Parts: sequence; C-alpha cells; structure tokens
Amino acid sequence: MNTAPAIELRGISKSFGPVQANKDISISVQPGTIHGIIGENGAGKSTLMSILYGFYKADKGDIYIQGHKTLIPDSQAAIAAGIGMVFQHFKLVENFTVLENIILGAEDGPLLRSSLGKARKELASLAKEYELNIDPDALIENLSVGHQQRVEILKALYRQADILILDEPTGVLTPAEADQLFRILDRLRSEGKTIILITHKLREIMEYTDTVSVMRRGEMTATVKTAETSPAGLAELMVGRKVLLRVDKTPAQPGEVILDVQDLRVVDEKGVERVKGISLQVRAGEILGIAGVAGNGQSELLEVLGGYADATGRITINGTELPLSGPGSDGGARRMAGISHVPEDRQREGLIMDFAAWENSVFGYHHDKKYQSGLLMDNKGILAHAADQMQRFDVRPPDPHLAAKNFSGGNQQKIVVAREIERNPDVLLIGQPTRGVDIGAIEFIHQQIVQLRDQGKAILLVSVELEEILSLADRVAVMFDGKIMGERLAETTDEKELGLMMAGVSGGRS
Amino acid sequence: MDFLTLLQISDSSVRLAIPLLLACLAGLYSERAGIFDIGLEGKMLAAAFAAGAFAAVTGNVWVGLLAGIGASLILSAIHGVASITFRGNQLISGVAINMLAAGMTVLIAQRWFQQGGRTPSLTGDGRLNPITLPFADMFESIPLFGPTYKELISGHSVLVYLALALVPLTWWVLYRTRFGLRLRAVGENPASVDTAGVSVVRLRFTAVMICGVLCGVAGAYLATGLQAGFIKDMTAGRGFIALAALIFAKWRPWYALWACLLFGFLQAVAVRFQSIEIAGVVIPVQLMEALPFILTVIILAGFVGRAIPPRAGGEPYIKER
Repeated sequence: MNTAPAIELRGISKSFGPVQANKDISISVQPGTIHGIIGENGAGKSTLMSILYGFYKADKGDIYIQGHKTLIPDSQAAIAAGIGMVFQHFKLVENFTVLENIILGAEDGPLLRSSLGKARKELASLAKEYELNIDPDALIENLSVGHQQRVEILKALYRQADILILDEPTGVLTPAEADQLFRILDRLRSEGKTIILITHKLREIMEYTDTVSVMRRGEMTATVKTAETSPAGLAELMVGRKVLLRVDKTPAQPGEVILDVQDLRVVDEKGVERVKGISLQVRAGEILGIAGVAGNGQSELLEVLGGYADATGRITINGTELPLSGPGSDGGARRMAGISHVPEDRQREGLIMDFAAWENSVFGYHHDKKYQSGLLMDNKGILAHAADQMQRFDVRPPDPHLAAKNFSGGNQQKIVVAREIERNPDVLLIGQPTRGVDIGAIEFIHQQIVQLRDQGKAILLVSVELEEILSLADRVAVMFDGKIMGERLAETTDEKELGLMMAGVSGGRS
Repeated sequence: MDFLTLLQISDSSVRLAIPLLLACLAGLYSERAGIFDIGLEGKMLAAAFAAGAFAAVTGNVWVGLLAGIGASLILSAIHGVASITFRGNQLISGVAINMLAAGMTVLIAQRWFQQGGRTPSLTGDGRLNPITLPFADMFESIPLFGPTYKELISGHSVLVYLALALVPLTWWVLYRTRFGLRLRAVGENPASVDTAGVSVVRLRFTAVMICGVLCGVAGAYLATGLQAGFIKDMTAGRGFIALAALIFAKWRPWYALWACLLFGFLQAVAVRFQSIEIAGVVIPVQLMEALPFILTVIILAGFVGRAIPPRAGGEPYIKER
C-alpha cells in the first residue's frame, strides 16, 4: 500500500465501570477496501466503532484519519472527519420522509426550503452514481427494512463520508436484500470508499471482505488477509478454541407421528390470512425444519402451536386433539400437553428482562408442585435448581441472581433453552434458536437440540438462516405466503433449491 | 338567540380560549421535543401569581407580564433539569411542579399582601387594556360585518392577537425551519438527532424554555387580561384542558387552535347560560360548568380516533450502553 491508512487506531481502551470493553486496540484500515471486524457478541466490536463515530469517548488511545491525528469527541466531529455509520438499529425518524431524514443535522441554513431542494438534487446524483434508487418523498415507516438501510447509507454519503461503518448490517435483511447490500458495498469500494463491516457471520467475511480483524473479549486477536484464512481458522480465533461449524449428528431414526397438524389456518387481527391451510407432521426422533423468508407465516404457526394465537384446523399430539381457541388453548395448556416452546423473540416472549435468571428459569412452569412449598413458592429450591441448570448449560456468568437483561444474547438463549428442554417435553418448538447468538453458544445450543432429538422427541425448528436449517434439520419444509411450498430431506436438497422455494417457486425447480 | 348574543358568546369564547391556546402551544413545543409536560397548570398558576403581584406593586402590566414569564421559566428550568439532565420521570416532575405552584402562590400571596391568598385588584395600567382596531366605529353601521368587527375582532388585548398569531408562526417554525425539523425529530427518535451530530440536550432544553415562556404569557393573561388580579387556583384546570386539547389536536398547531376554540366555546356557554331549560327540564348550572370536562373525557376516550403522540415522548434519552 502506498498511501496512508484511511483509519488507524492506536492503543484504544475503554471501560464501562469494571467491564473493560476495549483493551489496547490497534488497527489499521487501508483505503478502498472492505475491512471486516468479526467477533462474538460482547467482544467489543460495537464499542470500538462507537468510539470511532464519537458516540463514546475512549479512555486512552489515538485516532488517525488519512494519516492525521484526529480528535473525535462527538458524532459531529466524526462526520466532519468523513466517517459515516450505519447502526444495527437504524437511527431514522419513522414518520419523516427520506429527504427529511437525509438533511437532518446537515441542513444548509435555518430554513428548510433550500436544504430540501439541494438534497433532492444531490440524492438523484448519488442514486445514479451508486445505484441507490429510492423515492425521496416516501415515509420511512412505509419502506422495507432493506430500503431503510439504503437511506442510512445515503445519509452517510450525503455527508460526504469516505469511510462507512456498517454494524451487523444483514441481521435484519432477507437473503436477497443482503445480496443487494453487498452489491452496493462493492460499488462503493470501487468508487474508492473505505468500508468497515462488523458482523458475526463468517460467510459474509469470507465472501466480501479484503481484510479481516478478529476481536475476542475486548482484544484484537488478529488481522489477516481474508484470502489467506478459512472459516474454521477465523472461528477458532473468535472463540479461542476449535469450533465445529457443521452440526455433529447421526442420521435420524424417526418413530411414530407425535405432532400432527392438518389444514391449519390463521387470520390476524387485521383480517389477513397469514397461514393458509398447512398440514405437517413431526415424528419422534426427528427435527423438522421450517425454512422461509421472515414474515411468510412461520411466526404465526409457532404462535398457534405455542398457544398464543387462535386458529382453525386440527392439531393432535400423540393422538389427542388440542383446542385451537377458547379455553384450553393457552400457553399453559400447551405446556401441560407436552409442548415446550423456545420463542422467536426471547427478549419479548421468552424472558422477563428485568427479572433474575433464577426467576426466569421456571416461568411457565412455576405452578409445578416441585416449585411450591405449601402456599408459597419454594424460592430456595428454585434458586438451587437454577444454579445447577446454569452450570450444566454453561450459562455465563453462572449467577442466578443476575437480571436476564445483563446476560449476552447467547446466554439469554441458553437460559430459555435450558428451561424448555429440562421439562422433558414430547414436542419442542424452537424459533430462531441462534438469532443474535455467538458462535460458541450456537454450537452448544445445536448440540442440545440434537441430543433431545436422539432421546426420541419431536422437534419443530423455525429459522430464517438456511444454513442452520440445512445443518440441523432432518427434514425441511419451506413456507411461502402462508403455505408450504414443499418438503425435502435435508441430505438431498441444497440452498439453491430451497432458495427458489422460499421465493415462491413451487417445487424449487424453475 | 339573536345575533348580538351569538356575537357575545363568540367573543367570550375567544377570550376564554386564549389561555388554553397559549398553554396548548406551550405543551406542543415541549411534547414535540419528547418532554411530556403535565406541569402546564402549575406554570400558568405561578405566572398568574407573579404577573398579578408585580403588576399590582408596580402598576405596570408589562412588568407583570415579564415577572409571569420569569416565574414560569424557573419552573420550566426545574422540569428541564429533572427530566433532561437527570433523566427523571417527566410525569413526576410535572406533578411536583403543579403542587409546588398551587401551594407556593397562595402562601407567598398571603405573606405579601394579606388578602387571603390573592393579589390586590388591578386597575388602569396594571391591567391589559383592550385595543380598539381602526375603523371599529366607522364600520359599526354596516349590518353584520360592522358589529362582528367591533365586538368580535376588535377590542381584545394585545396578548389575544399575539396568541392567535402564534398559531401560523408555530406551524411555520415546525414545518419550515431547521429548528422545527430537529425539534420534531428529537421527539420521535432522539438517537437520530444525536448520531446526526446535533445535541439532544440543547434541543430539548430550548423546547422546554419556549414552553415556559408561553405558559408565562398564558398565566399573565389570566391575571391581568381575563381577570384583574391573582386569586387562589385561578387556572382551574386550564393546564389540563390544554393538554387534552393538545391530544385532541394530535400535536398540530392549527388543530390546536380549533380544539382550544371549542373548549373556550364550551366554557363561554357555561358562563353565559347558567341554567337552560330544555323541554321543560332545567339543566342545573353545575352540569353546564362540568360540560368542558365531561367533553374532555369523551373526546379523549376515543372520539378523536388514534392520536399518536411523539414516539420518544416521556422517555429520557440515554445513549445505549
């Protein structure tokens, strides 16, 4: 490289109270490249980038932009230094138009008229230059997530950012939207922009970055050329030990049908039919994976089975029919019937974030005799039970008194999974088991699911991660627009065939 | 009902709507910036007292007005420090301000003037005097227009015209200026403002201070325009009605005007018709006086359709850890 690095960080440290989020981090990013930063949740990636964007102030260390030492006390300084950031959770005003969001904070003068006119022109030329088409007068809340992200990128470009930081940009995107995003990033790179991509997805790093830095527990453990590394090597650097990327499992030994769903229909509160007459069966000792782009009825299916949405049709478990509305159709009754549920959104449906881990470890089952002591709850017993469970499921830190919100995503998920698996259900419903979960924990959770299968339980897995479906499920059903497009054995299908079915092509062959 | 009665009711509707309108616009600035303010009532009351007291002592209504604004600003600053700087609960801070104002005004008034918690009656230059618009007498002979011009349009105090002018001005500020864009943004998603390099704290304080000034004017108008001096609890729930009007208006300036005129009209009717006989049944005066409040409940219970408040309203802004 002949020029100065676009960004150079030297010895950055940052602590939040007793937690050291960044320890003496140095990194140098070459201009005109896509530089990946990978690491598990809580490794300190986002903190580091927030320091670079002036959102947090570093305790120690220096920042050099294009070779010049630069102080970045606030976001304004970062913008002035040519840095733009696309946060994981977009910072857009939902009921503003695209144009208003773009000029916010970068207006020309006290009156809006000239700013809006200038932005409209500028937007048109940016759209042409980078193929970032978007209706400037559309309201943000009416845009798809992928388009909202585009607005964030345009916001940065409008502020003349040369360096673009993207924090977990594909977490909320469909596969097609993600592909589109990477085409845009590619285009930006070819126009000479520098891109920092923060992610925990190995595939994105391998496919799209030039260089990759690995972070673990607040430290930068390595920076390597992407071409000179491998997914397994990166995973090991991230976790600090060898990691199995494929799920280690034997062929399924399916027994008799445990869960039988016939002609299930769900109508949401707006009167839209979300599940349009689906039928499926899950046998003992097998994992049925439901693949599909988010929003095609999978969530509703889980909600009905888990007992918190009404439906019509017929569901039987071990031959006993379950009521689908009215009394006996609630979550408690479902649990009594032998269905355990790891919900898709653990923070909203799986846990009470402000409650301690030990309390969370019995929710849904807190009426069980074994947790009672006379009229009162047997808190001591529950506490001991929780502590033991946290040991066995490797929840870190293994402190039952800590509130759920203070655990990382992976450890929160382990608390939920432990609770639901320990109940020894006949059927386990599990939605997005590894969303926002780090690699080390993914491996563990996958092992637990396979173990449960091998004990002869029926498992219904819903995931938008095709990779996860393919490696974990024995059989795959693809949902599109509330219907099942087809079923395949996991061994005999591939991403391409399933991808076509996910896009609504019946049978997966075009 | 003859034309003159109608005119007089319209006229007093406007008079009674003005303090509501000022308070409602005050709340609009604050809430649009994401700071809920149920302390409008307290700020108006404190301003009414300060205006009444200083106008009585100096005999100058303008000194009274400034004192009213000052008193309201002090309470606004307390609300700002509690809810912006210290990220406290905005409702609790608002309640505290209301209680503080209700108690302190009477206490100080009693110690100061010894008239049972009121300020001395204002006369002459101590009061806001009506302005007679040009040609009021000349037009009088023109049927309909003449009396309307003289009774309804002319003959109000300057604060009335100011309050009415604030409606288009607020609209313009909100939708046509940089400040307005940022103000609306900070009430919807403060993080978007923060990451755009604009100070959330400064914006919100500005909004709260504008709210203080307008509440101050509203209170001063009560004590020096609508009435001649401060009396105990003289705001009589107007701050809360203004909040109701703000929700009714869906946080928009022009709607706020119509909402406040409606509430003003109801109050005017209650004052004018102490007892109405409908189909042989006399409706008691108490019911008439309760009407604005009953209507408030009905309106807020869903008559307005969905009123969506600014999304970040009521929540202190904390950068994510």
